Amino acid sequence: MSETIIDKPASRQGTVDTWQPVCRLEEIVPETGVGVRLAQRQVALFRTRDDRLFALDNHDPFSHANVLARGLLGSVAGRRVVASPLYKQHFCLETGECIEDAEVRLQVFPVRLAGDRVEIAASPVRHG
Amino acid sequence: MNKQQLLLIGHGMVGQRFLEALVARDGLSRFDVTVLCGESRPAYDRVGLTRYFTERDADALSLTPSGFMEAHGITLKLDTRVSGIDRQARTVTTETGERLGYDRLVLATGSYPFVPPIDGNDRAGCFVYRTLEDLDAIIQAAEGARVGAVIGGGLLGLEAAKALHDLGLETHVVEFAPRLMAVQVDEMGGALLREKIEALGVTVHAGTGTQAITDGEQHRHRMVFGDRHLETDVIIFSAGIRPQDTLARACELTVGERGGVMIDDHCVTSDPAIQAIGEVALWSERVFGLVAPGYQMAECAADHLCGQGESGFQGADMSTKLKLMGVDVASIGDAHGSTPGSRSAVFLDQSAGVYKKAVVSACGKKLLGAVLVGDASDYGDLLQLCLNSIDLPGDPAALVAPAGAGAPLLGADALPDSAQICSCNNVSKGALCQAIDAGCTSVADLKSDTRAATTCGGCATLVKQVLDSELAKRGLEVNNHLCEHFAYSRQALYHLVRVEGIDSFDALLERYGEGDGCDLCKPTVASIFASCWNQYVLTPELAGLQDTNDYFLANMQRDGTYSVVPRVPGGEITPDKLITIGQVAKKYDLYTKITGGQRVDLFGARVDQLPAIWSELVAAGFESGHAYGKAMRTVKSCVGSTWCRYGVQDSVAMAIRLEERYRGLRSPHKIKLGVSGCTRECAEAQSKDIGVIATEKGWNLYVCGNGGMRPRHAELFASDLDDDQLLRTIDRFLMFYIRTADRLQRTSVWRESLEGGLEYLREVILDDSLGLADELEAQMAHIVDTYQCEWKTTLQDEEKLKRFRHFINDATPDNELAYVREREQRRPAYPHERIELVES
Ligand SMILES: Cc1cc2nc3c(=O)[nH]c(=O)nc-3n(C[C@H](O)[C@H](O)[C@H](O)COP(=O)(O)OP(=O)(O)OC[C@H]3O[C@@H](n4cnc5c(N)ncnc54)[C@H](O)[C@@H]3O)c2cc1C
Repeated sequence: MSETIIDKPASRQGTVDTWQPVCRLEEIVPETGVGVRLAQRQVALFRTRDDRLFALDNHDPFSHANVLARGLLGSVAGRRVVASPLYKQHFCLETGECIEDAEVRLQVFPVRLAGDRVEIAASPVRHG
Repeated sequence: MNKQQLLLIGHGMVGQRFLEALVARDGLSRFDVTVLCGESRPAYDRVGLTRYFTERDADALSLTPSGFMEAHGITLKLDTRVSGIDRQARTVTTETGERLGYDRLVLATGSYPFVPPIDGNDRAGCFVYRTLEDLDAIIQAAEGARVGAVIGGGLLGLEAAKALHDLGLETHVVEFAPRLMAVQVDEMGGALLREKIEALGVTVHAGTGTQAITDGEQHRHRMVFGDRHLETDVIIFSAGIRPQDTLARACELTVGERGGVMIDDHCVTSDPAIQAIGEVALWSERVFGLVAPGYQMAECAADHLCGQGESGFQGADMSTKLKLMGVDVASIGDAHGSTPGSRSAVFLDQSAGVYKKAVVSACGKKLLGAVLVGDASDYGDLLQLCLNSIDLPGDPAALVAPAGAGAPLLGADALPDSAQICSCNNVSKGALCQAIDAGCTSVADLKSDTRAATTCGGCATLVKQVLDSELAKRGLEVNNHLCEHFAYSRQALYHLVRVEGIDSFDALLERYGEGDGCDLCKPTVASIFASCWNQYVLTPELAGLQDTNDYFLANMQRDGTYSVVPRVPGGEITPDKLITIGQVAKKYDLYTKITGGQRVDLFGARVDQLPAIWSELVAAGFESGHAYGKAMRTVKSCVGSTWCRYGVQDSVAMAIRLEERYRGLRSPHKIKLGVSGCTRECAEAQSKDIGVIATEKGWNLYVCGNGGMRPRHAELFASDLDDDQLLRTIDRFLMFYIRTADRLQRTSVWRESLEGGLEYLREVILDDSLGLADELEAQMAHIVDTYQCEWKTTLQDEEKLKRFRHFINDATPDNELAYVREREQRRPAYPHERIELVES
């Protein structure tokens, strides 16, 4: 398999510059997340049961702890979400939006699978 | 149209309610209202009068909203006593000689305290207990006094006695009748009440008549009782009340033989221009010495004046429930069993200080009255049965059986619409039903719509029952679906999993669910799998279902680090093990705290430190304490017969045995147990899901208790069990709970929602009415046999250990943790502290 960009909705814009390899796909148990250290920030990287990949801020804006990678994945009204393990708010995996509080939105990062390597682009996707 | 002149004499509790009723009916557009108030302040809460002793705040008792009179154009004349009524001229005269004319006159003059005709009853230092002025005088007299006596041991007398007691006086109650509260309570109840009140340090002289009050030798007064006497500094008369009907008598309105101004259903006296309401009124040969009937009269009188609602006053129930000196006392209906042919069922537990009597009709089907002393928690149910003449659900003896022994007395369906559910806010079942029709679907909705259950909260369970049964009737089944992915209750899913042997989330989702699952259904299903099959929770199929606590086998704290709780079965620990815990805590700088469940909790372990911490603990012989799971958590025990001079059984050994049997058992919510070595109950077993208390003959088993947010006493389930019977009963009980409870439902709430209550539970568990017992025991045996320490298993598996890191691409820990030291230990910094820490 050559380079595949996984999950790239049309709404995504912004410059995708340096792709950074972070781990092999098999290192992530399906339907769970792992924490990733990028130069400037902590990212929560998720692999769904149908092998889609998502990357969002690891920082939970409600608890101020870096824990979202350890949240449970699920869906709310058809949208894939992660639930904060502390106070259980849900964040949309695609947009970073908080389901309970529309004011709050996490940064979302482009992810792709290069062979069996998962790569994340360091600069976040901006949603307009 | 010219407005009519309306005069109200007396601005007490009922007078004020009358004014409010008039305002509500727009009566002020018909009447010019003037209020003549004999006291120096507007209406206040006489029922709460005794609070004044502790609070000393008259304004806090006021019943008259500020600006009320001005806003409605009502003239209020304080300190204005009426001395006469001229019915021909339609005028009243005040003590200062002022004359006022009326078209309509309302008497709300209340009662006055009866002072028995005893020589010396007018000495300085003798008081009555009715107004704020009376209380001020008593407070003044109590300064420098040492002894106080109340003449009269009725409801008000006991309240006055409490006040004297609170003022620091040695307190006596002198009662002519042979017992206390003779009107409301029968002999046995009175005896128990006396015992309780004397235990609080008040001396009761029952069957004692005061013949004279003279000068004392040691104290101000001497009360002479035949050949005995009592010396005291302060005397309060509380020997009953009499209607304040002097004005009515003087102008020849019809009054009763024993006082009270006669009224009809519209509160109209023998003069059509004059009404009487409250304690001064005599309706159907009765006066009502309580405020609620007075309030009803006020509403009826206002109805009549405004030409509305012609139903009128229908009499009132005189049932009462109160707390006297901390003792619950209640009296309902025919408390003395004076109805011909009536029979009583009685329960007396002297050591617990509880007395209950139910008076039942000759046919045994209706409740006529009741007396409750020491435990009035059934008051609401009994009152409903009595007021609504509901057929008794079963044996009358069940009505007075000790708390928790019987099924709930009443189901919501048995109640008529008129039944008052919330007495604080006067909300009937009919009003709740209306609100449900108007769209309320939760208790929260009902609370905000009707105010039911918002004051004392005592009716909350009943409100919920009404809601559930009414929703069900309307076909709006209370939705107990687990979440949007499974249209099944937890109980139904459990059943499907067991029957079909399902052990993977994907299989269950495919067959019975839809979508991807979520943070509600995943952990629930994982827990069901664990309860059924007891597989290791971190297998690849199960790992993704686990909450972070189960995933990392530790409890996440607010900064994202974890706490660690090694199992300490029964709370018994050797010094060596204690030292190990201390060494580990010290090495990793873990904040250390002793828990309520007799464990040591170590906080602040980073995810990457957990394996190292646990390998040290496991090496020292510790096991996972499952503090992270919805699982059997702890068995707390007292030291029992091993050391204690009172212990009758080895409670520690039993606690360890229970803990080792049920360790690792996963359940709908956490489960806590307690074992006490004697009835002193030092392990607080009755606040646990399962409480075991040693008896001379074995063990008493209590179930479904809870501490925490909504405390609930566990109920006695079975008595004097031997060890094997105890384990077998608990096996069945726990498995039945696991099988039937909702997600995150503790045993206490589960028990309350179980139809048929404790009786049903006994039938299933003890009598095996569903034929489930063998299966339940076998299931538990499987769990016990397949137990493994999850930490030990995890430490042996290199693959699993790889998960214990903060970053997948970097071995460093979370770089943004920040701590503050406090009382020689560390804790996570608060956000405002973090800013400073990070900047410096
Ligand atoms: C200490 C205490 C505790 C109580 N506890 C309870 C309880 O727990 N539950 C319960 O239901 N009830 C209780 N009661 C009884 C309750 O307070 C009365 O039922 C209620 O106050 C009756 O209201 P009313 O307006 O009829 O009389 P009141 O509140 O007595 O008001 C009558 C008013 O009329 C005035 N008045 C009388 N004559 C004249 C006149 N000639 N001219 C002008 N004004 C006049 C009086 O000064 C008084 O202000 C208690 C009473 C007391 C004293």
